[in-house]
Amino acid sequence: MITLDINGKTHELDIADDMPLLYALRNQVGLNGAKYGCGLGQCGACTVLVNDKPVFSCLTPCGTLAGKSVRTVESLGSADQPGPLQKAFIDEQAAQCGYCIAGMIVRAQALLEANPHPDDETIRRHMAPNLCRCGTHVRILAAIKSVVAQGGKV
Amino acid sequence: MKRKTIIGAVLAIGVVGLGFAFWMMWRPEIAPLSHPLNAGRETLDRGRRVVEAGDCAVCHTRPGGAYMAGGLPLVTPFGTLFTTNITPDPHSGIGQWSLDAFERAMREGIARDGHFLYPAFPYVHYRKMSDADIADAYAFLMSVDPIKYTAPPNHMVFPMNFRPLVSFWNLLFLHGDPLEPLPNQSAQWNRGRYLVEGAGHCSSCHSPLNLIGGEKGSELFNGGVVDDWTAPGLRGMTEAQHPWNEAQLVAYLTGEVAEGHGAAAGPMLPVSLSIAQLPAEDAHAIAQYILDLKKTSSDAPSPPCTSGVKPSARALLGAALFDGACASCHGSAAPMRVIESRPALANTSAVMADSPRNLIQTILQGIPMSSAESSHYMPAFAHSLDDSHVAALAEYLRDESCANRPWTDLDKTIKSIRAQE
Amino acid sequence: MKSPTQNVNLSRRAFVINGALVMGFAMLPGIPRALADTEVDTLGTAILAPDLPGSLRATPYLDAWIRIDAKDGITVYTGKVELGTGVKTALLQIAAERLEVSPGLIRFLTADTALTPNEGYTAGSHTIVDSGTALFNAAAQVRQLLLESAARQWQTSIDSLTTREAVIYDAQGRSITYAQAVVGVQLHRFASTNSPFKPASSFTLIGKSLPRLDIPAKVSGGAAYVQDMRLPDMLHARVIRPPRRGSRLLEIDEAALNKLPGGVKLVRNGSYLAVVATDEWLAVKAMREGYATAHWTEGNPLPDSAHIHQLLTELPARRYPVSAKGNIAQPGPRTYKARVTKQYLMHGSIGPSCAVAWFKDGTLTVWTHTQGVYPLRAGIAEMVGLPVAQVRCIHAEGSGCYGHNGADDAAADAALIAMAIPGKPIRVQWMREQENLWEPYSSAMLAEVEAGLDDSGRLRDWKYELWSTPHNERIVNAGRLLPAWLLATPFTPAPSVPIAQPEGDGDRNAVPLYEIPNLKVDLNFVLTMPFRTSAMRSLGAHINVFAIESTVDELAARATVDPVQFRLHHLSDPRARAVVERVAAEFRWPQKATGPGSGIGFAFARYKNIMGYCAIAVQLHVQRQTGQVTIDRVVAAVDVGQIVSPDGLLNQIQGGIVQSASWTLYERILYDASGMHSFDWSGYPIMRFADLPQQVEVHMIDQPDLPFLGAAEIVQGPMAAALGNAINDATGKRLLNLPLARRGWQDALGS
Repeated sequence: MITLDINGKTHELDIADDMPLLYALRNQVGLNGAKYGCGLGQCGACTVLVNDKPVFSCLTPCGTLAGKSVRTVESLGSADQPGPLQKAFIDEQAAQCGYCIAGMIVRAQALLEANPHPDDETIRRHMAPNLCRCGTHVRILAAIKSVVAQGGKV
Repeated sequence: MKRKTIIGAVLAIGVVGLGFAFWMMWRPEIAPLSHPLNAGRETLDRGRRVVEAGDCAVCHTRPGGAYMAGGLPLVTPFGTLFTTNITPDPHSGIGQWSLDAFERAMREGIARDGHFLYPAFPYVHYRKMSDADIADAYAFLMSVDPIKYTAPPNHMVFPMNFRPLVSFWNLLFLHGDPLEPLPNQSAQWNRGRYLVEGAGHCSSCHSPLNLIGGEKGSELFNGGVVDDWTAPGLRGMTEAQHPWNEAQLVAYLTGEVAEGHGAAAGPMLPVSLSIAQLPAEDAHAIAQYILDLKKTSSDAPSPPCTSGVKPSARALLGAALFDGACASCHGSAAPMRVIESRPALANTSAVMADSPRNLIQTILQGIPMSSAESSHYMPAFAHSLDDSHVAALAEYLRDESCANRPWTDLDKTIKSIRAQE
Repeated sequence: MKSPTQNVNLSRRAFVINGALVMGFAMLPGIPRALADTEVDTLGTAILAPDLPGSLRATPYLDAWIRIDAKDGITVYTGKVELGTGVKTALLQIAAERLEVSPGLIRFLTADTALTPNEGYTAGSHTIVDSGTALFNAAAQVRQLLLESAARQWQTSIDSLTTREAVIYDAQGRSITYAQAVVGVQLHRFASTNSPFKPASSFTLIGKSLPRLDIPAKVSGGAAYVQDMRLPDMLHARVIRPPRRGSRLLEIDEAALNKLPGGVKLVRNGSYLAVVATDEWLAVKAMREGYATAHWTEGNPLPDSAHIHQLLTELPARRYPVSAKGNIAQPGPRTYKARVTKQYLMHGSIGPSCAVAWFKDGTLTVWTHTQGVYPLRAGIAEMVGLPVAQVRCIHAEGSGCYGHNGADDAAADAALIAMAIPGKPIRVQWMREQENLWEPYSSAMLAEVEAGLDDSGRLRDWKYELWSTPHNERIVNAGRLLPAWLLATPFTPAPSVPIAQPEGDGDRNAVPLYEIPNLKVDLNFVLTMPFRTSAMRSLGAHINVFAIESTVDELAARATVDPVQFRLHHLSDPRARAVVERVAAEFRWPQKATGPGSGIGFAFARYKNIMGYCAIAVQLHVQRQTGQVTIDRVVAAVDVGQIVSPDGLLNQIQGGIVQSASWTLYERILYDASGMHSFDWSGYPIMRFADLPQQVEVHMIDQPDLPFLGAAEIVQGPMAAALGNAINDATGKRLLNLPLARRGWQDALGS
């Protein structure tokens, strides 16, 4: 049995050490936010926060998570009560197909938690691990910048 | 002795000493260049080749910064210095440097205005280059887009922040003339020697350094540590436990996957990308020369590696972590293995090395992705794996590869590497 | 030595597909009786009412589109699907506008073979044109019928009635809901050719940016994709594909696989392999085992990437004349000749294809992110041997597909496995490598252009010849489904047929919109596919517009005329001129930024020459020693007719600009004799945040009351061309081989 702390809740799961966190999140815990995009740490669609750091959940075995806190996009707010970044993404309509967006929001969350006033180049560099194929980058940056402009509190 | 005489003698020695010191530590300015250079296409092509061989851009371009505009921090045991702007901008770069000034910098480590350059800039090697190559390199650098940028000030530890002291360092380590070909060796070998000892400055990384940062002459090419990565010894590579042949070394040097060994990572990656820009014959020359370096130490060879029979508990955990974190790329049926014939990790240099340092660093730092070309990208695991996990993985891989010679310093090495982050 | 090609007689301009003669009409302005567009056509669906607008011609019954009852309120159906372009919201806006209700009162359902009209594929920028037009008219007519019903009931004039929020009011204060009024109406009737007129000036929804319905769930982990479906007792499957096309399975350790944890079962049929498990991770591990123990024959050799364009000219092909006018003169001193190429590209959907299927009680249901549920249903039915009526395909969103990606094949996988394990829902998720290796690519293409000026510096001659493999290998039969090739009794794909002009296939946008008196454009439709190819956003327009606009720039230079002025000299369509002039003004053409390596470029196209108009100007810098391209500023102007959602349109244009920049500068599939090397993103890098244009400005020219023109694909060509022209301006080098800026490209530059 493996105990995972996900979004502040403890989950006792009958899974093996080697299961990547992504599958545990989606299948054992039933969360949709983190997504399978490549399973290779190349696209960031699976990005979650582990001890406040953005990681690829597709390559993070559950056996490495003892005593660590896992946060997914679901912890940042809901459709009815979105958190600051989520609200910004809705206001900017920063999504086309939207498949990459949860990962983008989580990665941006990590940045703003560590640095509420990043400049443009810092934002671009920080977001680089996450891919968007639809070309929504312009809006994603606009959404992040709008949160920074309002003080960067997330 | 009369007091006056003593005082006089001391003063005389003092004056002579000061004079000597002054002579040592002062260099004249060379007049600034006022007119721009207009070099022809062939000169610029040759110059570009020299500049790639010398890896100038690797140090003189910071990540996200303009080409050759400097600003990359170099962490040395004597403090951190920032590379300079060597674009032809007249004020923040070398736009006012004549060829004489450039050559003096390359051969003696003196800037145009006379100040001493720190030997992190490998002028002890560049001085071995021919006049023609230095002139061509100069022409190329003067043709680069001029960029207005001044690097942040250095943070050198006292007394190394006093540049003229470098003159004494130079006394000890600055010697050697431009290399002449050895008549009993082939043209390719001589070209290789010229590149390796000169522009390539391989021994700057691949040799142990003494306390004041000079290469240990008796241990040339016996390996070093750079940015916490092992720069392996380059002697006796053809007779190593896991030998190299020319095709493999050329592949490695040009950024490809060397069959049975793996691909360049860490500080060697940008070097390999530079060598990849050179004509193929240069990469072959470098490989030939390096493979000809004979072992100097007479240590008994290590016993050959054998696979493990019964893995330890930590190696078993490592196996599970491998399945979850690594197998999607490194597993035996992964496309990278099957389509590109990449070696099993157990057969790579990093896993077979005496030190686990490079494996640990590769796991922690990964290998960067590129937009403009395919790459041997690997994600960085520094944030998703703890020291104990990295150790488990390393132990598992070492066990698969060389169970009879396990790494005994794994935890210590991981800890010290992490401390540097 | 070119192999003999068959010249196809297009005089009747009809196509035979699978024995059924399909003719249809695109009701786009200026094309009163154009041809079947097989990209979006409904495949075997009879055109019941040729004079009705949009998709009403194939589905003329009003109640196929709109149903109203007391229980469910208003339900609106579309046969189109949400691909991430926002059309679901846009179509809802149209229906709500014309029903004159707020969007929240409508239950809106997208393509489902059991419920919705058959509108073929959601492709070709046709959604608003086809479905939007149908709903625009049907919804208004339904409302009118309800008003008539109320008027009859109250014995009053229809002119005295108003509606608000699905309630009809008369001047006396009587009211009746839509659900009550519909009782006196027979909605099962053909739509009329006339719809009530509502001027654009009184629109409250169309032309406004309604926030998209799907975004809130997508930012908060709501269930939004087929990947998020969870059905009771659902099993997880992974497919095991051969190493390459043509490989046959020799052996696999089936016994060992069936013993793996998770109740693993191997599904095997000829060379078709899949593993099923109760847990997804266990399925992945079983898949890895399967790949490790399977042995295959070598399969087909891969083409030589260094000579692929030469190969395209040598393979069997059919030569189609695309357009011919006047007489081409011999080349003279004012002739520009060029050979333009592009490499194979992949759709590269960020989420690899996925599908869920359930064979229960004799019915096979498949949830899929296909672009066309009806054709897919027919193909799957044929493949598994069920009557079509017993197969149901329901669209569920996937990640952006940008055309024909692995979605249909993944649906076929799910169907096959579901038939092998009846009674259980089966979820199949392709791996990244499987998507990259097996999705239908966008064809490598070769274009040879020869164009000349007359003595006064105007375009006089234009000769253009193209080579491409098909751009429309859609699910015409089971043999178009990849899994069907692997079965013990494999299916054969139907013969390839190009989409006719004016829509076009590889020849999409091959005919310049400019006034040219003498013109000859031909397509060599290459029938043997070194790699399987199909439709990808804009089809041939990407390279054709690139080639045309590069040539126009070169000729403008020869005529010593500014590139923008030169284009205006040859464009009479005022809407075309308007987008060109708007960009030139906003960009302050020909103002160029300072600094070494600075360049500007301009391009224009009208998508398919019948859809949206687009002009783009680009300012960039090239670092000559490293080859790094920094796009400083992009200015675009678009005219897509009546804009439904301004922000939705803006989103599509912004996204298309970035995507096209990535295709044009960096993308190519890498392959050689040893294999396909673009099996993941490291071997197929695409634009990331660091390379993003610094500034993107889009100007949208609205045309209220004019027909919808289609917007999703209008930027791919112009953006590519503007980049090529800007790089030429920055470096003096005319680059004609896409991609333009991979590492080392600057070696061609010289000092």
